[in-house]
Amino acid sequence: MRRSKLLYVPFWATYVFLYLPIVVLVVMSFNSGKSAYTYEGFSLKWYGELVNDERVRDGLVNTLIVATGSTVIATVLGTLLAVGLARHTRSKTLDAIALMPAVLPDLVVAIGLLLFYGLIQLTLGLYSVILAHGLFSMAFVAAVVRTRLTNSDTSLEEASRDLGAGPVTTFMKITLPQLTPGIVAGALLAFTLSLDEFVIAFFTIGNSDQTLPIVIYSMIRFGVTPKINALAAILLLVSFTAVIAGQRMTKIGERRAQD
Amino acid sequence: MKSEVKARPASRGRRLGAFVFLSPGVTYLIVLMLVPLALVLSNTVFQRGRFGGVVYEFTTENFERLIDPLYLGVVGVSLKLATLTTLIALLIGYPTAYLIAQLPPKWKTVALVAIVLPFWTNFIIRVYAWIILLSGPGVINSLLGTDLELLYKQGTIVTGLLYSYLPLMVLPLYSAIERLDPQLREASANLGASAFTTFRKVTLPLTVPGVMTGCLFVFVPSFGNFVIPEILGGSKSIMVGNLIRDQFLKARDWPFGSALALALIAVLIVLLLVQARVTRRA
Repeated sequence: MRRSKLLYVPFWATYVFLYLPIVVLVVMSFNSGKSAYTYEGFSLKWYGELVNDERVRDGLVNTLIVATGSTVIATVLGTLLAVGLARHTRSKTLDAIALMPAVLPDLVVAIGLLLFYGLIQLTLGLYSVILAHGLFSMAFVAAVVRTRLTNSDTSLEEASRDLGAGPVTTFMKITLPQLTPGIVAGALLAFTLSLDEFVIAFFTIGNSDQTLPIVIYSMIRFGVTPKINALAAILLLVSFTAVIAGQRMTKIGERRAQD
Repeated sequence: MKSEVKARPASRGRRLGAFVFLSPGVTYLIVLMLVPLALVLSNTVFQRGRFGGVVYEFTTENFERLIDPLYLGVVGVSLKLATLTTLIALLIGYPTAYLIAQLPPKWKTVALVAIVLPFWTNFIIRVYAWIILLSGPGVINSLLGTDLELLYKQGTIVTGLLYSYLPLMVLPLYSAIERLDPQLREASANLGASAFTTFRKVTLPLTVPGVMTGCLFVFVPSFGNFVIPEILGGSKSIMVGNLIRDQFLKARDWPFGSALALALIAVLIVLLLVQARVTRRA
């Protein structure tokens, strides 16, 4: 097919648009000067300051606690939900409800939870965020695991049932092992989503603790410094590595499945 | 005979199974999603407490305030900025997705990963990067040697929204274009249609569901966003999201904040219905 050279203009514009800010941010993080904008020479001093920043350290620890807690909840409940929806009911309503937390605007979920926590007079803190993150992560885990279930062969499960195994035994011995790659993918997704989530945490965390996105948010409102650039650069590196590693892993997994 | 033996334990097992597998997740959804949503909805008809919170006395005041030109104006600005973002995302996203779909398989993966990569980095940081570029003493001004005020404008907000949600446009478009049978386009070309006619009469109509999905994916988070307007747009309440946030955390008027949230959901439901319609027809 012929294609117009003109198409390459928006194509490259898209990539320049997506990467220019990131490149500038990383370059500026190595600035030896005090300004976040004007480059005065190479230095690693802002990375050093970052390591000694207590708020950033606490934020990181809180973020990891929340991500771990909510991932555990989301993975267990999401997997059970996916199996229940795919194998034990035909309810379309239930299907839609299970997806809702992923589809609803985060702001609506956030204020709903704030109202609910207020009603039951729960003191806000890390656990209220864990419960909240568990909610939308569960929807994503359920969706990922469900896709695998719908594409998988049910004959083994049927055979297991015919041989007299109950639903729980069938699940533990047949379904779960087959589902493991989907569950791992769902769990990784849940973890990443929680690390990044800002709006819901902002509403449901209260005043005593902060997650890293909230720390960054309040740092930005104080004014921009190369220290934030350095923090941004590190987080960029971490997520880029994670995504590319994940990509590699799925590829290897696919190749193994084909062999 | 055979089927009878099989059917009985299976159906009892099925009901038990449904309970074992569904009840934990469904309970979680009821307690932490449906009940909170019901609270947001019911709040809209109650009055605010003097020190925040809710007084359970019926009022229509929240809805009357909603149609106040002041607040309608904010909804209007949100609609405008989200629509603009969606249109620009479609205009640069479509050709990009189209070209990616034509790439050789190896480069296709690279191009796609490169599209989603920024999306997987912290949202706040992606917004922050634009301050470095656009602010008064920022990189663009120092490179150009100019002194332009690039921040705190509606265009800045659109830039931030576009930057954050562009991947959500490209991905559904890509999968819609990828699924197209290339023979259809070849046939159209063989019958003498120009590249543009082929695009207009074959490619575009067949990818309408992808276009709708992409537009929805970009519009929905753009419309209710409050972080980008706040960081890149200054401190004024310019979009519905900011207004809702302020009602909850500053003015502590939860009923009115809930009414605004209801307006937000209503707009989104209308869009979902339109999308379902168009997709079914396509």
